[in-house]
Amino acid sequence: MKSIKTSILLVLTVLLLTPAILFAGGKKEEVKNELEIFSWWTAGGEAEGLEAMREIFEAKYPDVEFINATVAGGAGVNAKAVLKTRMQGGDPPDSFQVHAGHELIDTWVVAGKMEPITFIFKENNFLNAYPKDVIDIISYKGEIYSVPVNIHRSNVLWYNKQIFADAGITPPDSLESFFAAAEKLSGKGIIPLALAEAWTNSHLFESVLLGALGPGKYKGLWNGGTAWDDPGVIAAVEAFINILDYVNSDFSALAWEAAAQYVIDGKAAMYIMGDWAEGYFKSKGLTPGKEFGWAPSPGTAGSFLMLSDSFGLPRGAPNRENAIKWLTVCGSKEGQDAFNPKKGSIPSRTDGNKSLYDAYLKSAMDDWTSNTIVPSVMHGAAASEGWMEDYNNIITILIVEKNVDQAVKAFLKAAAKNLK
Amino acid sequence: MYHSRRDYLIAFLIILPSLCAVLIFVYGFIAWSIRTSLSAWEGIIPDFSFVGLRNYIEIFSSYRFQTDLWNTLFFTILFLGLCVLIGLLLSILLDRKVKCEGVFRNIFLFPMAISFVVTGIVWKWIFSPSVGVNAILRAIGLEHLAWGWFTDPAKYLNFHVALIPIVIAASWQLSGYTMALYLAGLRGIPVEVREAARIDGATEFQTYTRVILPMLKPITLSALIVLGHISLKIFDLVYTMTGRGPAFATDVPGINMFETTFRANRYAEGAAMSIVMFFMVALVIIPYLYTSLRKEKQS
Repeated sequence: MKSIKTSILLVLTVLLLTPAILFAGGKKEEVKNELEIFSWWTAGGEAEGLEAMREIFEAKYPDVEFINATVAGGAGVNAKAVLKTRMQGGDPPDSFQVHAGHELIDTWVVAGKMEPITFIFKENNFLNAYPKDVIDIISYKGEIYSVPVNIHRSNVLWYNKQIFADAGITPPDSLESFFAAAEKLSGKGIIPLALAEAWTNSHLFESVLLGALGPGKYKGLWNGGTAWDDPGVIAAVEAFINILDYVNSDFSALAWEAAAQYVIDGKAAMYIMGDWAEGYFKSKGLTPGKEFGWAPSPGTAGSFLMLSDSFGLPRGAPNRENAIKWLTVCGSKEGQDAFNPKKGSIPSRTDGNKSLYDAYLKSAMDDWTSNTIVPSVMHGAAASEGWMEDYNNIITILIVEKNVDQAVKAFLKAAAKNLK
Repeated sequence: MYHSRRDYLIAFLIILPSLCAVLIFVYGFIAWSIRTSLSAWEGIIPDFSFVGLRNYIEIFSSYRFQTDLWNTLFFTILFLGLCVLIGLLLSILLDRKVKCEGVFRNIFLFPMAISFVVTGIVWKWIFSPSVGVNAILRAIGLEHLAWGWFTDPAKYLNFHVALIPIVIAASWQLSGYTMALYLAGLRGIPVEVREAARIDGATEFQTYTRVILPMLKPITLSALIVLGHISLKIFDLVYTMTGRGPAFATDVPGINMFETTFRANRYAEGAAMSIVMFFMVALVIIPYLYTSLRKEKQS
């Protein structure tokens, strides 16, 4: 009898404890003086850049404990999934990396998850330091929502200088001259254009779109000003299909770096890729302007197809004051000039110290202040994440089916679905 | 055995906590997913306004999801067939009293212990068209046999040839498992049965086809069920090895669900896909559970 009583008692104790065990660990202890920064910068120059900004922050605010929360994975695919789960679970980091533009606005700001930070821009006099196009991209209903720390350019054509000299060609400035050069190169047994896995196809197509439409009409695609059956779009789809005749056949199996390696090894002559490719070339011991050259992708001279990593202030950030201090560092000239030379990008401010940057980045800084700035779709600036996914799905089919009508119809449908 | 009422009560109390946890975290979330799949939730803020079957109509009419279902069908057939064949063959060979049987058994079983992610990355390198298998074929002069493997977008009657490398990788990983199942089954067949067959004048081949294989039927069924549910919800192997592939040649519902939910923020559509996958798996599992429960009652 006694043993039964004991066992019932035991079971009841376990029962009482179970909920406590289930929900233990979710509770925050007393508020600490911390700053948690969430990003997908885990490797190479990006991680070094973040570290450089962290050093500046820690020199200014030595009593704040800096927590570097990173999740690995190209273009932040995995990090974004983790971030969404955390935000929905009411556990936001103090500040997180997000692509400036629609990825920031449509995913986070419209949902009311972000705090406007216009006051940071006003207090620190950032408003005059940034181009107006950028302020527009990070604003929603008159308020600013993130601090862009860097600018990358998407529409860059990288080429192997030796191959170009041997073939006697110059960087093509239009789609016609691109095809002429490609014909010449493939006659010599060289792959004219390097291409890699799925996302780089979408990346290439946005440059082709911009080249065929020009900056004004390209921007219109994303706000309803330009129809997706515009003759320019049809021309872009046709050109894209033709370009696929001049790329390496194993592209779907390659990571973007492997395609860049084709250009280094002289297997391929050109590569249309964002300017993070320069960082890869340099890491392989190449010097900008010596072994490899660059030009705006065919037909896009005068336009700067931009993407930007930025940091925002989530509502309910546990250490709001520290997050504001962090955002101030992100937006400062000092912070950006520490971060960008390491990351291989240019400051989003127009007053960066040029002597810190290499030949390519200097030319990009000149273009940044003089060109028309247009947002990249593949990198979250031009359209919502849902629309981007539709765009990617269409390109995935287009590279195999090569059907212009089908693609244009699908683009029209996606625009109707996402422009509501 | 005698069970008192009190024994039952204690037993019930002891499993109660885990029962509660299962009810909430398994069945509760299934119900929650069904509700989500009928909602208009798009974007990161939940929106549970009821929209009926709109999301199901949307996914079933999309080219991508249709392709996924065909891919799952062909992948499952090939994968199960290959695993059963290789597993059976290996177990019969091992059962012939080979030397170092234990070593071989471990070698064949070992791939099962590796994570699908590792398998995916390694096989991606092996089948990468410019290196890997193709390089070997070129080196030994069989260049005409080299092809694009998982990058080849060709399809015949909805069958994407790019699935073949994935089937090979998955079968490599799980054939050892079917081998172990069959080996246990073979060991369970008494020697007398074989001897009786021999005395009746059956050849060695006939002994297998007429006597032993029929006795292994229940094992084949278990293997098909276990591998079948892995195959229907496969994600990690394909995601790390090939991703969606050109024109969704290697896309599966799991990848589509992940990308729709976490990349496109279409939570309702993602939930609808998960429910379709849930019913596919249920179709396989429920008859199995039913028969095995019945057997338990009988014994």
